[in-house]
Amino acid sequence: MTATKAPTPSPPQQRAVRRLGDRVFAGSAKGSGIFILLVLAGVAAFLVSEAIPALTAPAEEIPGGEGLTGYVAPLIVGTLLGAVLALLVATPLAVGIALYITYYAPRRIAATMGYVIDLLAAIPSVVYGFWGLAVLAPALVPFHRWAADDLGWLPFFAGPASASGRTMLTVGLVLAVMILPIISAIAREVFSQAPALHREAALALGATRWEMIKMAVLPYGRSGVIAGAMLGLGRALGETMAVAIVLSGGAGATLNLIGSSNPSTIASNIALRFPEATGIDVNTLVASGLVLFVITLAVNMLARWIVNRRADFSGAN
Amino acid sequence: MAKRIEVSDLNIYYGNFLAVEGVNVSIEPRSITALIGPSGCGKSTFLRSLNRMHEVIPGARVEGKVVMDGQDLYSPDADPVDVRRQIGMVFQRPNPFPTMSIYDNVVAGNRLNNRKMKKAESDELVERSLRGANLWNEVKDRLDRPGSSLSGGQQQRLCIARAIAVEPDVLLMDEPCSALDPISTLAIEDLMAELKDRYTIVIVTHNMQQAARVSESTGFFNLNGVGQPGRLIEFNPTEKIFSNPDQKATEDYISGRFG
Repeated sequence: MTATKAPTPSPPQQRAVRRLGDRVFAGSAKGSGIFILLVLAGVAAFLVSEAIPALTAPAEEIPGGEGLTGYVAPLIVGTLLGAVLALLVATPLAVGIALYITYYAPRRIAATMGYVIDLLAAIPSVVYGFWGLAVLAPALVPFHRWAADDLGWLPFFAGPASASGRTMLTVGLVLAVMILPIISAIAREVFSQAPALHREAALALGATRWEMIKMAVLPYGRSGVIAGAMLGLGRALGETMAVAIVLSGGAGATLNLIGSSNPSTIASNIALRFPEATGIDVNTLVASGLVLFVITLAVNMLARWIVNRRADFSGAN
Repeated sequence: MAKRIEVSDLNIYYGNFLAVEGVNVSIEPRSITALIGPSGCGKSTFLRSLNRMHEVIPGARVEGKVVMDGQDLYSPDADPVDVRRQIGMVFQRPNPFPTMSIYDNVVAGNRLNNRKMKKAESDELVERSLRGANLWNEVKDRLDRPGSSLSGGQQQRLCIARAIAVEPDVLLMDEPCSALDPISTLAIEDLMAELKDRYTIVIVTHNMQQAARVSESTGFFNLNGVGQPGRLIEFNPTEKIFSNPDQKATEDYISGRFG
């Protein structure tokens, strides 16, 4: 064999055979992907362009007279407070419901229960609002009083307790019920997909049912539960009607969940003020909407980051 | 501590379907017992009934007796969780917990049995179990990596390490090599030969050479037709099964005339 070798001519570019079906599918998938980005960009562009007058206006002209920051800050606090409270209440409950349905309940009960919980998601938010106002708020008044008396040392229960129950606490609980079906539906789905292979591995090692769930189901479903919680949080952050009906808002920022003066939330504030707003007021409301948009985006990115942090251990490889 | 398993008049059901009928067998300690037979004959089902993993499937149940050194595994007060802690199992497809590191996989069973373990103790256990599974040298520098980062053969040995870390009395293996290449298979067979000094091993295999190579006794399962229950046709020393079986069906099967 001679050592010299003529440089082999590079093979002519192989052109993959492209079938019509493939091209149609790839094109429509790509189109859908681009479409959602366009919609998002359009919304962002609208918010920014409409918000600019409020962003550049002198502080006195903004409603309240304390500038845009002074106007939006209590709303941000109110929005986050209600949504986080809802999330804290709903997530453990939803995980419990999902585990019960997937691994504990007899099959017939499980199917019915799943159906009933999904129905919760179909109730219009205005109905939740009236339920919160007419039923939950009065029912929670004694709890408000008790919390102010016995838990008053916590800033959340500083009191004085509201006599109507139309507080951030009530709103948080109404929102919790509203996001419960979203989180539990997704949690149920991921829990039921935990591989039998790993569930049997745990059982064969002598795990009890709960230990099997801890070893093979919860770690597997973790990222799904987080994703579901973030969807729920998104809904809670943006919820308008129920909050607008229940909450007696409009006050300054406070962490007090049970007082009679509560900060409003961004979305409900927009809904309540928009009909009568003119000129710079409209721009201010849109600017607050832009803030909500950014918060939601940040929350989703945070969730994505949490999910990806331990991607090696996700079981997806 | 290896233990003897006595099975008498065992019927195994899926719901109302009788899958395995009338098994009587005595499995010797400190030896390897192989179960062979065509697909669907109930050998895996039988294996899973030995550590009460069969009943994990909804509707599945068992009639008859399985006694391990005098302890009735199916007596009303026997706890399946305890039974499984004494009888370890290795599955057909390697199944290390993907959300756990190699280290955590090995100690997973011990964390269930005995929650408090000192770091030094569990380090020692991990090394001993991984050495026992002939895996230590390959993974000692990456114990914190996920178990799913290993090759298939390594994952299967990790599963064996996990099973022997709890020091069971019996080790059940359900086609442990069917997803592995010949070199990994050889590694596992060598490992089984070492482990049989300390454990009672029962292995289900489709590979008759493997049964002939590793086992002392062999059981042949067969069924008369689809929808019929599987039966233990013959149980004898491996040498006899592969040279001069008592039953015509066994001879037909091992010589490849059917199945």
